[in-house]
Amino acid sequence: MKRLKNWRLFSLLAALTVFLAGCGQEELSTLLPAGQVGQDQFNLLLLSSAIMLLVIIVVVIIYLISLVRFRRSKVGEDHMPEQVEGSHTLELIWTTIPIILVLILAVPTVYYTYKLGDVTAMGAVDEDGNAENLVVDVTAKLYWWEFEYPDLGIVTAQELVVPMDEKVYFNLLAADVKHSFWIPAVGGKLDTNVENVNKFYLTFEKDSKNLKDGVFYGKCAELCGPSHALMDFKVKTMPRAEFDQWVVAMQATDGQMADADATDGEALFAQSCIGCHAVSGVGTTGAAGPNLATFGDRNRVAGYMDHTEESIKEWIKDTQKYKPGNTMPSFPQYSEAELDALAVYLMGLKVEE
Amino acid sequence: MSSVAQKRSFGATVWDWMTTVDHKKIGILYLLGGLFFFVLGGIEALIIRLQLLKPNNDLVSAGLFNELITMHGTTMIFLAAMPILFGLMNAIMPLQIGARDVAFPFINSLGLWMFIFGGIFLNLSWFFGQVPDAGWTSYTSLAITSEGHGIDFYAIGLQIAGGGTLMAGINFLVTIINMRAPGMTYMRMPLFTWTTFVASALILFAFPPLTIGLFMLTFDRLFGGNFFDHTMGGNTIIWEHIFWIFGHPEVYILILPAFGIFSEVFPIFARKRLFGYASMVFATVLIGFLGFMVWAHHMFTVGLGPTANAIFAVATMAIAVPTGVKIFNWLLTIWGGSIKVTVPMLYALGFIPSFVMGGVTGIMQGAAPLDYQLHDSYFIVAHFHYVIVGGVVLGIFSGMTLWWPKMFGVMLSETLGKWTFWFFFIGFHLTFLIQHWLGFWGMPRRVWTYMDGQGWNSANFISTIGAMLMGIGVIIFLINVIKSHVQKKPVPNDPWGDGRTLEWAIPSPPPFYNFAQTPLVRGLDSVWIEKQEGNESGLTPAEPVQDIHMPNGSIIPFLMTLGIFVAGFGAMYRLETSWGLPVLVLGLFFTFATMSARSLKDDLGFYVKKEQVLKDLKEKGGKI
Amino acid sequence: MDLNKKFTPETWPANPERATLEAKNKFVGFWLFIAGEVILFSTLFGVYIALKDKGISGPEFSAQELYELPLVFVMTMLLLTSSLTSVFAMYHMKNYNFKKMQIWLSVTAFLGLGFLMLEVYEFAHYAQLGFTYNNSAFSSAFFTLVGTHGFHVAIGLVWITLLIFRNAKRGLNLYNATKYYTFSLYWHFIDVVWVFIFTVVYLMGVVG
Repeated sequence: MKRLKNWRLFSLLAALTVFLAGCGQEELSTLLPAGQVGQDQFNLLLLSSAIMLLVIIVVVIIYLISLVRFRRSKVGEDHMPEQVEGSHTLELIWTTIPIILVLILAVPTVYYTYKLGDVTAMGAVDEDGNAENLVVDVTAKLYWWEFEYPDLGIVTAQELVVPMDEKVYFNLLAADVKHSFWIPAVGGKLDTNVENVNKFYLTFEKDSKNLKDGVFYGKCAELCGPSHALMDFKVKTMPRAEFDQWVVAMQATDGQMADADATDGEALFAQSCIGCHAVSGVGTTGAAGPNLATFGDRNRVAGYMDHTEESIKEWIKDTQKYKPGNTMPSFPQYSEAELDALAVYLMGLKVEE
Repeated sequence: MSSVAQKRSFGATVWDWMTTVDHKKIGILYLLGGLFFFVLGGIEALIIRLQLLKPNNDLVSAGLFNELITMHGTTMIFLAAMPILFGLMNAIMPLQIGARDVAFPFINSLGLWMFIFGGIFLNLSWFFGQVPDAGWTSYTSLAITSEGHGIDFYAIGLQIAGGGTLMAGINFLVTIINMRAPGMTYMRMPLFTWTTFVASALILFAFPPLTIGLFMLTFDRLFGGNFFDHTMGGNTIIWEHIFWIFGHPEVYILILPAFGIFSEVFPIFARKRLFGYASMVFATVLIGFLGFMVWAHHMFTVGLGPTANAIFAVATMAIAVPTGVKIFNWLLTIWGGSIKVTVPMLYALGFIPSFVMGGVTGIMQGAAPLDYQLHDSYFIVAHFHYVIVGGVVLGIFSGMTLWWPKMFGVMLSETLGKWTFWFFFIGFHLTFLIQHWLGFWGMPRRVWTYMDGQGWNSANFISTIGAMLMGIGVIIFLINVIKSHVQKKPVPNDPWGDGRTLEWAIPSPPPFYNFAQTPLVRGLDSVWIEKQEGNESGLTPAEPVQDIHMPNGSIIPFLMTLGIFVAGFGAMYRLETSWGLPVLVLGLFFTFATMSARSLKDDLGFYVKKEQVLKDLKEKGGKI
Repeated sequence: MDLNKKFTPETWPANPERATLEAKNKFVGFWLFIAGEVILFSTLFGVYIALKDKGISGPEFSAQELYELPLVFVMTMLLLTSSLTSVFAMYHMKNYNFKKMQIWLSVTAFLGLGFLMLEVYEFAHYAQLGFTYNNSAFSSAFFTLVGTHGFHVAIGLVWITLLIFRNAKRGLNLYNATKYYTFSLYWHFIDVVWVFIFTVVYLMGVVG
């Protein structure tokens, strides 16, 4: 008995420590919401946790009292308890109260379900026929993400760039197998199915500049093959004005030439890489490999490796080693000098200053 | 088939077990088979946890990790939890209703062998090096494109095992409907029998969709079907619906019998009648019914639209009400009782807080918008382990220790049992409590590794330590089993002293015909009533001692299943080998031939003579 | 149970298919099995409805263009009639008239065989047109639903043939009465499923 009691105390302490220690990291924790959607969901979490905690407390109190009071060692070896059949009053109470608790939770649940599922404003246009809201078409592929901005004529990959403080609408689709699009800190996930486009919206209310890596983390949340764990993407949020600048810069990447120190790499790239990887941000979705127009601005290679020239070289030499099952071929035939040239060239692909 | 113990050759013993139709022996085989797969699935779990011990770990490769999680889930659900529960149901339920066997002893044996061969088929994939790797849910866009024969092993293996489950379900239903002893009305049935009844009904309605789903998966992969190929007009969401129409009732198929076990354990060790019996029965039936209305809560993020999500969210929350009724009834059962903390009771007491935790997190995920965050994160991993380990596995351990003496005639050591409990229980909470937070912190499930610097390191480390403690607990349990069977002390009819239901009034282990005379049941907790009224034997016979009709053993179930097993390999290799098709045809033909043999040959069973029954009674010291 | 016990129409019990505990078990068990089968076919119907006309390679393979209603009508009549003849057989079973029961069951089997042969012809015909199993999601769903029903018919035929020959010499007893009775239940069930297939697949297919 003593053991049991001690353990309970210990577990309570442990739980408390965890509570205090942990809201997780700002760039990927659902407990530090960085947008209205995530905030709504967090509020629901608080409400449901409170109700559930109440239930747990009631149960544990009754449980502990009976454990202490009605032990055979206490009531005596020969004690014959009264054989109670039941109690209608009690049964009524513990049927009614849970129903009330469930209703308290059910009302906001239904409300938020409709609120978060509302995408009617998605196709709205103003008087000039321009889209009122930013729409991003997300295509999930083994194991990378493509982001097209259909109204702006640009496309990027692996790093989603969005303006702050407005609803951003998403069209989600998978190109090969099912994936799921999740930015934990900003809001819940939605699957990218293979046969139909899913639509939802998110709002981003924190500037990613202030974060550890300058980005929010995005995850693939549906098992999609060996490298499911490595199918990360990043999200850069910025004020609307900055975003507009970024869009202009992206639109200007078409036909851009590399700096003088990277021409060797550019030539190499044009020989073999360009077939799958575009370096112009102007275009539409449907590429075989990620668009690299903003490669130098990103903070990861292949979605998760350190953003260094060394990583680029390692990756190109043996892609399967780092992301098993991905569709990019390895290029072990490249010399060290060629790899260096490629890395320099890729690092120079930037639209941000 | 004689009740007289005699020395037999090893071969004869094996033959006896292969041909047995005795529900108690089949129960033991289910139990041992299930325990084997439980250990196997546990080893897979430990490797999973060791891989996640630290960031960027490379203990196993990405592909192997996906195979491990798939096989861990599939093994634990289909080959460990369900068979062990079937073992207990088989061994105990007929005793609880005063029956001499189940309704269909032959089909009972067939179900057993289909489980065993299905399990072997599935796990042979390890030896072929082509292991299922699309998760236990096997979502079809991934499952269709998965290379090698891994998914085929999954689909065909589960098809075989699932067929066995369906048969077991129908068998239990008919047994309970038709074979209750005189006076055993529905509202006098022990709760374990009730939950067996409801779980069996769920099996009957949940497994046919799985059969169809697996059939379509097999045909898509091996026979040119297009059900799930969206380029040919197929639709992968159909699989998700079908899988969860089966999958959600499946978790109730697992948890309801565990509820039944606890409903037996609390009254025995609190020496007090189950509080609110009628509402317990009603809650069980209601949970079973609602279990079919909520499958889409596994699919909140699939994009079914707000209306569907809202409806399924509210339906899901409704299940909390009958479950809550059960929890409070158990609490009120021990309230005012005389609690003796034996090992089965320890598990039951550990179950209440653990399961409440798992239940409330379930409600949280029932809130659809919140589930958008929690779905497919480590939170869900924590949640379903809290209900399945904290509910089902604790129930299984409780039930096994409770009925082990009845099934085997051997009492397990209480001391070692307590060690098992504490290691397992502490390990369990250590492993899974922290995983709720991993989910909050953005860690998706089914990831084979994770990068450093995301704040997940120490939580994963703690979780792995917990898993090892659970492993130690299971090892102690196995030692306990071996040690107790070596010592083999004889066990009385009612080793726990406060048995309330019919199984505690007959010898441990019972004679193969169970009851020398069919008992007359005069109320709930029949044996308890008899004993309170001074009838020490606990039984009032409903008939004079007479000849007892029993079924014959048969090897046909074994052979029938063997045919399907062989045909499975034929189907799998039909496309790339020349022997595939002939083997498929031969296997199926063999099965049909054995089936026809069964149909054509009259099997009327045999009679145990009255004299034999009297002799047994005298030896056991019972009175007539 | 004594297989050799001789009955007369007078001593033959009113419900011979449920006269013993074993028989009662089989009777209840078989009803439950049919309940499971209902779910099985419901799932197949659901899949068929969801995949109807999906992925077809040309308009000639749409449900509206493809199906041959006259043929299906003949099949329907055959199966419905066979259900009726099995009712006659059970009537004679209850009256302990073994010979007539066997005759009516044979008629049932022949009608069933006719149905099955027409179905095989139908399938072969569609396949010849190019509407094969792997043509589209629609074709997979069609052949699986209707084919599963056809497979049930085939199993039923093997079953009743075995029963007719196995018991030809020894006549009715309480052991095989249940077997005959469960067969007739099974046959009615197959018939009901076909009525749904006729309506949902063929009629609604042609109507559009």
